[in-house]
Amino acid sequence: METSTRAVGSSGTMTLTHLPIGKVGRVTSVRGSGRVTRRLLEMGVIPGVTVQVVKMAPFGDPIEVRVRGYNLAMRRSEADAIEVVI
Amino acid sequence: MASSARKKQITIALAGNPNAGKTTLFNSLTGLRQKVANYPGVTVERKEGPWQLNGSSADLIDLPGLYSLEATSLDEQIASQVITGEQAGIPKPDVVVAVVDATNLERNLYLVTQLFEFGIPVVVALTMINIFEKQGHTIDVEMLSAMLKTPVVRVNARSGRGRKELAEKVHDLIGTTPETPYLEELPADVEDPRHAKIFARYQFISNAVQESVWHNDAKSHRLSDKIDKVLTHKVFGLAILVLILLLVFQTIFSWASLPMDLLEKGFGAIGDAVKASMPPGILADLLSDGIIAGVGGVVVFLPQILLLFLFISLLEDSGYMARAAFLMDKLMSRVGLHGKAFLPLISSFACAIPGIMATRTIESRRDRFATILIAPFMSCSARLPVYTLMIATFFAGRTVFGFLSMGAVLMLAMYALGILVAVAVAAILKRTLLKAPPPPFLMELPPYRLPNLRTVLQNMLTRAWLFLKRAGTVILAISIILWALMYFPRGSQQTAVSDQQAAAEQPTNDNQAASEQLKNSFAGKLGHLIEPAIRPLGFDWKIGIALISSFAAREVLVSTLSIIYNVGKDEDAQSQTLVQAVKDAKTDDGRPAWTPLTALTLMVFFVLAMQCMSTIAVVRRETNSWRWPIFMLSYMTAIAYIGAFITYQGGKALGFG
Repeated sequence: METSTRAVGSSGTMTLTHLPIGKVGRVTSVRGSGRVTRRLLEMGVIPGVTVQVVKMAPFGDPIEVRVRGYNLAMRRSEADAIEVVI
Repeated sequence: MASSARKKQITIALAGNPNAGKTTLFNSLTGLRQKVANYPGVTVERKEGPWQLNGSSADLIDLPGLYSLEATSLDEQIASQVITGEQAGIPKPDVVVAVVDATNLERNLYLVTQLFEFGIPVVVALTMINIFEKQGHTIDVEMLSAMLKTPVVRVNARSGRGRKELAEKVHDLIGTTPETPYLEELPADVEDPRHAKIFARYQFISNAVQESVWHNDAKSHRLSDKIDKVLTHKVFGLAILVLILLLVFQTIFSWASLPMDLLEKGFGAIGDAVKASMPPGILADLLSDGIIAGVGGVVVFLPQILLLFLFISLLEDSGYMARAAFLMDKLMSRVGLHGKAFLPLISSFACAIPGIMATRTIESRRDRFATILIAPFMSCSARLPVYTLMIATFFAGRTVFGFLSMGAVLMLAMYALGILVAVAVAAILKRTLLKAPPPPFLMELPPYRLPNLRTVLQNMLTRAWLFLKRAGTVILAISIILWALMYFPRGSQQTAVSDQQAAAEQPTNDNQAASEQLKNSFAGKLGHLIEPAIRPLGFDWKIGIALISSFAAREVLVSTLSIIYNVGKDEDAQSQTLVQAVKDAKTDDGRPAWTPLTALTLMVFFVLAMQCMSTIAVVRRETNSWRWPIFMLSYMTAIAYIGAFITYQGGKALGFG
């Protein structure tokens, strides 16, 4: 059973929340099946795409992610559903 | 075929992601003859205008900015209804023009692939190519067009380049059936079959972009990123946000006051002139004190609305607004609101009307309504004369801890009280009436761009016009009702004569007559009627009249008190005559009508009460129903009553007053 707060998984994957700022990662999966998940996928965050955490807001949340050449802000709760590998 | 197609009205829909340059293109194609309305029953805006297509005029419909047609938001639901021809009153579009931002090609093309699936001919209008090429990238438009199997036109909305070609391509496609360019090959290894379509679309897009675009990675450090480093910095970013807010605040709070004063004086002068040129009587009074004053009461909001929307359009168009929401989201989400609620709430400290109109940027309906419902708790500029009069009369010269002016402390306390109650109400609303799972905060942070002056001005004027048209009529109607309440019943014919005599004699008699008239009017009777209800707040029936009349606008309290206490209606809140009159005022049984505790209670009441018909009118327009404004009026009046009751009775129990 996967947990959303897991820092680094057995296969070297981690959630986007834990990707260090500036590091580029590749999305391996986007968990969930609700409205938010679908919107994430429609915005282009799908398995195989590279993502980079640009910065976080002054109060620590939300975070800014660069994907497909544009910048997308999301809350940590949303970034937790995205699995990446460096 | 061509002749029959020409006879029927051609409908073209303009679709595109937010920030893709859609509005600029729409303005450039249609010019100034646009119509703005709401789609029936909802608050989504419907914009359309005529577009000259090779000699014939087509109806160009500007769809709301959207990322997808799969209807997660109301905007998207309406847009897909328009495209499929299910939206009542709009024929199915003959062609869709898809506005695509070249600097953000992949995600912008996602919407285009969805449009293909609807089976309507699509022409892609490619914007921002200059910026894209300046970054060192190149794009092969013919190749992209071949990959998409649909025309792609380079456009520049500012210079007008590509407009003619766009019109030709659109014209050519009318009546044709598009060839669906991509096969829905579903990748085999997908866990959720509902997501397979999304992957297939992006797969197709990646191929098309790979064939037609060459990216220069060396120049990836864009100017926009550098600006962003400063503007969203932990320290500088917040400092700059505060500075921008101060500027906005300063503008609507004090710079707007000059044109507002001029408008007020102007309408006052017109009213006087009309009164002087007509035989005295009901008609002259209705015209000058009812209608002209009512129109003046509507128009007086224009400077604030124009200025606030100048700023909002500049901030939106430059890309800063998304950053402000990014910076503030954490704080706002604590009370269950979206980061985008921050600016409308701050603007409401100047005036809730432009603030409420500014909530349109919040996509989630529940978040938007929650923001609207708490906006009037922000102490607006119309409350200041009330606070000022109370402080000048009862707290002037007093200090707290020996050095803080009591007036300043009280003023601050009133602002704080409004904010605290707003936060509490927002938290309650989001758990009850407007309960919803927290909406996703997925928000694009668009690159910074120089705002387009024309788009900014057009937006400003559209807002002002919509305010005049929709809210203005309600405000005018309520002003005339309030005028009538204070004007009728008239005394006998004799009074009218003595009115005239009084006018010819001393002003004191004039003031006396005005005071008597008000006390005997329906408003005066209402004051007596509500006296039992407001007595526990320490208010007598004369203050009751002022509460009723100040429903027109909070600052009217000051002029009503001036009339009731016989000092003439033109005294302002710091007038010594009025201050003295309030101090000397007696209740019917001869006790002083006011104590410092009554004054404080009145201030608390004014922080919390919905004493503003214009806000009601705007909420009616922005929520598209009478349900919400009536709910707002009821709950705010209830909270204000409870707050005032606690203040007065608590103060008395503690030995004050």
